[in-house]
Amino acid sequence: MGRGVPIAVASTLVFFGALALLVTRAPGWDRFKAYFFDWELYRESLPEIADAFLINVRIFLIAEGIILVTALGLAVLRSLPGPVFFPVRALAVVYADLFRGVPTILVILMLGVGMPALQLEGIPDSEVFWATVSLVLVYTAYVSEVYRAGIESVHPSQDAAARSLGLTRFQSLRHVVLPQAVRRVIPPLLNDFIGLQKDTALVSVLGVVEVLNQAGINEAADFNGTYYLVAATLFVAITIPLARFTDWLVARDRRRRQAGGVAT
Amino acid sequence: MSTAALAIEGLHKSFGKLEVLRGIDLALAEHEVVCLIGASGSGKSTLLRCINLLEPIDAGRIVLRGEEITASGVDVNRVRRGIGIVFQAFNLFPHMSVLENVTLGPRKALGLRKLEADARANELLGRFGLADKRNEYPDRLSGGQQQRVAIVRALAMQPGLLLLDEVTSALDPELVAEVLEVIRELAAEGMTMLIATHEMGFARDVAHRVCFLDEGVILEQGTPEQIFGAPSEPRTQQFLQRIVDAGRL
Repeated sequence: MGRGVPIAVASTLVFFGALALLVTRAPGWDRFKAYFFDWELYRESLPEIADAFLINVRIFLIAEGIILVTALGLAVLRSLPGPVFFPVRALAVVYADLFRGVPTILVILMLGVGMPALQLEGIPDSEVFWATVSLVLVYTAYVSEVYRAGIESVHPSQDAAARSLGLTRFQSLRHVVLPQAVRRVIPPLLNDFIGLQKDTALVSVLGVVEVLNQAGINEAADFNGTYYLVAATLFVAITIPLARFTDWLVARDRRRRQAGGVAT
Repeated sequence: MSTAALAIEGLHKSFGKLEVLRGIDLALAEHEVVCLIGASGSGKSTLLRCINLLEPIDAGRIVLRGEEITASGVDVNRVRRGIGIVFQAFNLFPHMSVLENVTLGPRKALGLRKLEADARANELLGRFGLADKRNEYPDRLSGGQQQRVAIVRALAMQPGLLLLDEVTSALDPELVAEVLEVIRELAAEGMTMLIATHEMGFARDVAHRVCFLDEGVILEQGTPEQIFGAPSEPRTQQFLQRIVDAGRL
């Protein structure tokens, strides 16, 4: 490791130095710079755009909490064995196929415009509400596939061992199969949640002034793209810590189970 | 003829077109230790899994202490609580410590409180030399230790019948003895056991009766002296000869 660090530093400097040189010597660089990198505007607009970003964060957090549960439920329904549960499995498959197939932006448009237009008593007419519902519907389909892969990756002998102790099918699922399944799919689960977080920007098609629309409004006012850069940094500021947190979770689990290395 | 610990009558089991068990009749008395021997694929494991109701049977019946457990409407979870099974590949739960592995059944299936379940587990772990491993995870144990934990996990349910499915086949040779020692102890205490095994020397020592399984039927059974000393069926003789030639008897 001692000799690796200086080599890594040198190679990084050379690589990014060359890249920077290439970009800054492009013919349109000056206009590009003026359009996207106005630090004055960046600082000034950050609070306002961050405020709009809170709408995205709220949608994301609420949707994620619901999806974690509904997707697990859907995955469990799909893994129910035997001919009795065929209708349940079939329904779950149709649901997953449908909502993974239709583009998210279409679901958001159809529910976000359609449901309030019904003017039904007791049905919320808030665009944010219906956008959140749309994201929950779509991502439940995605995430249930991730859970299902996890459930299927747990060897049947684990379930057999649990059932042989007299545990019910549900107890075996709850205490033996799912804990192992969920641990294994934490990285792909996070992957889907990063996707979900970015897709909150699609809510902008309903006219909600969330982060993308707010940046667009600002951009239209002074024709400067720095506002989009602000929006981009806000998204990244959330996803990067999330990714590192997942890495840490996975590493901790592995350490706890295998530290010492006394295995046969 | 009523108080057999276990009675199997005319048991048939197929997987698709493959008929694995073709009419098994077998009875175990209380405290009896019966060893099942036979080539791989002869149906030993399937028979054990059928008794534990992990595999549904196609025909015949299994009676446990007077109750027909293969009858329809029987609560399989209740039946399984009374029958312990130990698998060839241990099947410990890797996300749980040794103590959690052993207490899961008593807590969730028997409804014991944590304190009681822990006490029962600690007593058993201590008895089988695993007291210092109770907080370890299975991945950190040797194969022999893992299999002993698996046996303790089955014993913690206080079963009236223990099924052992080639419990030493996945172990390195030097780890086999510690596991067999545990089973010898259980036999000495009077545990009723049905043991599928390739360890012929062990079967000769520990079994009251040895059954030779061949192509889904019990071709021959008798005391270890009869089976290993003077087998009457040519197929049994061939099987044992192969074992002797392989230096395993």
